[in-house]
Amino acid sequence: MNQQILTVTSNRALTAQVYEMKLAGDMGVFTRPGQFINIRLDGFYLRRPISVCDIEGNELTILYKVVGHGTEAMSRLTEGAKLDVLCGLGNGYDPSKSGENPVLLGGGVGIPPLYLLAKQLIAKGAAPSVVLGFNRADEIFYEEEFKALGIPVTVTTADGSYGVKGFVTDALPERYSYFYTCGPEPMLKAVYRKAVTSGQFSFEARMGCGFGACMGCSCKTITGYKRICREGPVLEKEEILWES
Amino acid sequence: MGKLNVTLCGIPMDNPVIPASGTFGYGYEFAELYDINCLGTFSFKGTTREPRFGNPTPRIAECTAGLINAIGLQNPGVDKVIAEELPKLKKVFHKPVMANVSGFSIDEYVEVCSRLDAEEQVGWLEVNISCPNVKNGGASFGMTPEGAASVTKAVKAVTKKPCIMKLTPNVTDIVSIAKACEAEGADGVSLINTMYGMRIDLKTKKPVIANRMGGYSGPATFPVALRMVFQVYEAVKIPIVGIGGVSTAEDVVEMMLAGATAVGIGAANCIDPWASKKAVDELPAVMEKYGIDNLESIIGGAH
Repeated sequence: MNQQILTVTSNRALTAQVYEMKLAGDMGVFTRPGQFINIRLDGFYLRRPISVCDIEGNELTILYKVVGHGTEAMSRLTEGAKLDVLCGLGNGYDPSKSGENPVLLGGGVGIPPLYLLAKQLIAKGAAPSVVLGFNRADEIFYEEEFKALGIPVTVTTADGSYGVKGFVTDALPERYSYFYTCGPEPMLKAVYRKAVTSGQFSFEARMGCGFGACMGCSCKTITGYKRICREGPVLEKEEILWES
Repeated sequence: MGKLNVTLCGIPMDNPVIPASGTFGYGYEFAELYDINCLGTFSFKGTTREPRFGNPTPRIAECTAGLINAIGLQNPGVDKVIAEELPKLKKVFHKPVMANVSGFSIDEYVEVCSRLDAEEQVGWLEVNISCPNVKNGGASFGMTPEGAASVTKAVKAVTKKPCIMKLTPNVTDIVSIAKACEAEGADGVSLINTMYGMRIDLKTKKPVIANRMGGYSGPATFPVALRMVFQVYEAVKIPIVGIGGVSTAEDVVEMMLAGATAVGIGAANCIDPWASKKAVDELPAVMEKYGIDNLESIIGGAH
């Protein structure tokens, strides 16, 4: 982890609620896809933890959904704005376990970390496929960006207004060597029940510090208590204990 | 450069800055970021007899100028703290550490305090009789002079090291509780723990925190904490560790003027992991700015 002042290089709306922000700085501290950053915003006491979508050279991309006052303030930032950011947080996905043809399952704002993961899987010679789940057609983002990586992309919508009607679990490929997933908890539970291989889940949590000090985001696992921000946000299927 | 060192219950400290319990783990996470030996000391995560997972999540709610937490004393239990955490801590911190102890019964306080009292690296015991986030724990002792006195008397009987009783602000008269601790032989008091608070989510129309209520901390609590330190200083002779919303070197100086011998920094560590180090680093410049040569000489200076 390090603390940096990152510069906003672009900030644009992808849908009515989801934004893409690019930030420039030193990206050397990041070791894996699926890690996150923690952003300090003027006028807000706690930082905002947001997963990393992409890293290219000295530029980092995040996608975020406007859900409250903090993310609303983020959406108003313009090019050149400076942000105090803790970088390189969390364990991230382990691409080495993917096998030949892993499937990546993302739901809504759980999709972003799968983008850098897909790029790294392709770079190491794997052939990933992607299933992106949304509620409605007008909420879809990053379909073209994933397609531009040259991999199979399936989009599902809960209301059937675009692509496959249903959830990501309704569009699982026939064969896959492993899975990586991130999304709302009901989706993660459905993936857990339906997936036939081992895999990795990225969890969201309401955090205090984001780096392991406060114990605000602890969860129980088969292998003991873990902090989502520190030993997570990625947990392996075999260690997950669902609380309810 | 002015003199930063103070003496807390007979133990010399290079400076008065103490990262507060529950915001600094057992130190080693922060030691990855900077040399934590620059600190006066730190108070490690509240330790109980048994391992505890703590409360269900969400445990955190943001507020204007602060946050509410309801962690519920998550910790590995005293056996593991001694067997695993203290050896790790010892590698990165070479000064006496403050051992924070919590409990659900007098017996538990006695057992955990006596175990940690025997550990070489422990300088002070900070006895938390003020945790707002567990039922029948901590705060139920710290909310009456009689309860506070009974824990103080019991832990003093089994320990050699200084016992600092950590007090809750969620009482009518904190002064009477501090005096009750002093009367039973407490070597110091630390105040304040967090203030009861809550938030409600407008979307779900339910409390944000799973435990419904939690402890509010952060800069908004500073004036309340400062006032309580000021009042307690006038009523007791034992040293005070001033805690509550302290974020900067200037806050440290202000807290000492109110009567604190040493000063805890809590919530600030959660939003800036370097906050306690920055407070230490900035103390000399703040002292120079306000014409202070010797920090120890300003303790209680506002009275």
